[in-house]
Amino acid sequence: MSPAYGITAVVLVSVATLLVGAIGLRISRTTSDFYVASRAIGPSLNASAISGEYLSAASFLGVAGLILARGVDTLWYPVGWTAGYLLLLLFVAAPLRRSRAYTLPDFAELRLESQPARRVASALVGLIGLLYLIPQFRGAGLTLSALTGAPTWVGAVIVAGVVVANVVSGGMRSITIAQAFQYWLKLVALLLPAMFLLRAWHHDGGPTHGLHLSDWVEPLQGHYALYLTYSLIVATFLGTMGLPHVVVRFYTNRDGRAARRTTVSVLALLSAFYLLPTVYGALGRVYASDLIRSGRTDSVVLELPHRVLGGTAGDLLTALLGAGAFAAFLSTSSGLVVSVSGVLSQDLVNRWFDGVRAFRLSGVAVAAAALVLTALSSGLAVAHAVELAFAVAASTFSPLLLLGIWWRGLTARGAIAGLVVGGGLSTVAVLAVMVGANPIGWPGALLSQPALITVPLAFGTMVLGSKLGRRDLPVHVASTMVRLHAPEAVDLDRGTFHPDRRTV
Amino acid sequence: MTDEPPVVRVRVTGPRGGRPRPMSGASQIDARTDVGDIYMRALMRTQLRLALGVTAVVLATIGLLPVAFTLFGGFGTTTLLGIPLPWLLLGGGVYPVLIALAWVFVRRAERNEQAFLDLIRPK
Repeated sequence: MSPAYGITAVVLVSVATLLVGAIGLRISRTTSDFYVASRAIGPSLNASAISGEYLSAASFLGVAGLILARGVDTLWYPVGWTAGYLLLLLFVAAPLRRSRAYTLPDFAELRLESQPARRVASALVGLIGLLYLIPQFRGAGLTLSALTGAPTWVGAVIVAGVVVANVVSGGMRSITIAQAFQYWLKLVALLLPAMFLLRAWHHDGGPTHGLHLSDWVEPLQGHYALYLTYSLIVATFLGTMGLPHVVVRFYTNRDGRAARRTTVSVLALLSAFYLLPTVYGALGRVYASDLIRSGRTDSVVLELPHRVLGGTAGDLLTALLGAGAFAAFLSTSSGLVVSVSGVLSQDLVNRWFDGVRAFRLSGVAVAAAALVLTALSSGLAVAHAVELAFAVAASTFSPLLLLGIWWRGLTARGAIAGLVVGGGLSTVAVLAVMVGANPIGWPGALLSQPALITVPLAFGTMVLGSKLGRRDLPVHVASTMVRLHAPEAVDLDRGTFHPDRRTV
Repeated sequence: MTDEPPVVRVRVTGPRGGRPRPMSGASQIDARTDVGDIYMRALMRTQLRLALGVTAVVLATIGLLPVAFTLFGGFGTTTLLGIPLPWLLLGGGVYPVLIALAWVFVRRAERNEQAFLDLIRPK
């Protein structure tokens, strides 16, 4: 194939992202613009932006790859990533917006009135953000190598560079517009080739060889399948609410009601997108089953147009898919870098540098750290790597948010104990899997999907730790509950907490 | 003490006699009275019950699919329009359910909040 189309596509997406960012730069001036786009973003634009940011390398490439390799059980990944937004809507969306916390550490400080709790939360945001960035960068390398034959580090460096340029120049407003644009780009980039592929498949007489193996087409055929499936369900359903880049987005809603309505739109946008990876996974089974043997299932989406259509049509559609994939890496990585550097600049870098500069420096540092970790970690399916970040989020911030919002009894001590237990255990499992540990039997199952064990342990520790020290209840918990739950339409005393903005 | 402040005459303009006006729910909440506390707890309980109810529906439908697949082996081999039922459900069927539940939840949550506002707003 000719690499010219692929290179053109990648360059176009990168330049378009930078351009949209530059337009954003003209209208974002102050530090508060940089942080939260001054909260002037409408629900429909915001829903596109949230979806654009959320649909990462794992959704664009990884899910189809997993479906190709392992069949029907992996359909739970996109189901869980969507259902996670439903749980976020039910328990978290409106109260979190009303809390006026910009980050998860802000929320921890507001609710628990404790600086140690804030610092533990900050460390976890950094950890989850890095875990999530690694598969994005790896996916970028893989895509560029499939398009042009370049070594895999090139794509990772390009994505890191564009993200840093965009984040340090425009902050969040530019990101919001760019993210919204990238949702639609990703949808079209996956939908259009799928239609051509399905037509060609139909033209071939609709071959179904490779689709009838019972352990691929029928659910729950492998060892420990029921445990693995439920653990995946727990991690994805509960993990979404604990992702740093998702939470930051809710601050850009006008109020709690808008936050809820935005979330419903997000559910619809994600549902439309997630119908598509299944098509690629199943067609890959027919036309590209050799990728399973060579362990390159993550590139099935990019390989199919060539194998099925060939010629110029194949080249053009591959370029379109490459553009969509790059949009996926750019948008998710931007969101992650913005939110992690928001936390780092508030809690760490702020001591040495002032507002906007602290934010920019943090962005550079986060991207560099993720590049190094990408180079160090060995091969792991992109979708599974992302899901491990979900497992850590589900074992830490999900109990913090659910108990913190709905249970007055949560204390700083209980919360910290739960964050440490849930975060520690899930991180051990994730690191073990990342360095290639794959023990047989139950230990292997537990390591590869730890959430079903670590999430209940985190919840239990938080409740127990809070009950043991009942007199440590935060002093202003009553005001905090008014702030979290009372609609903005009535004028009430909601306490004095304001996220730490020394520079604004 | 000789330099006491001069006595200032104040005209009493408030309504005379009658019972004092009851505090509005909003002021009760601001004053952290027991009544205000009851208003807040009632709001939280209603919203939590709604959220848990929708979660229960999710668990009883989508959440029980793996168990159903295990218990009824025929599930895996049944096809509809040539597509195996599990693929049809997980690949597309669950999404409209999620969106519908979200929509129902938002309508009810907003109705609960309106009821709360009607209750506590100063008359």
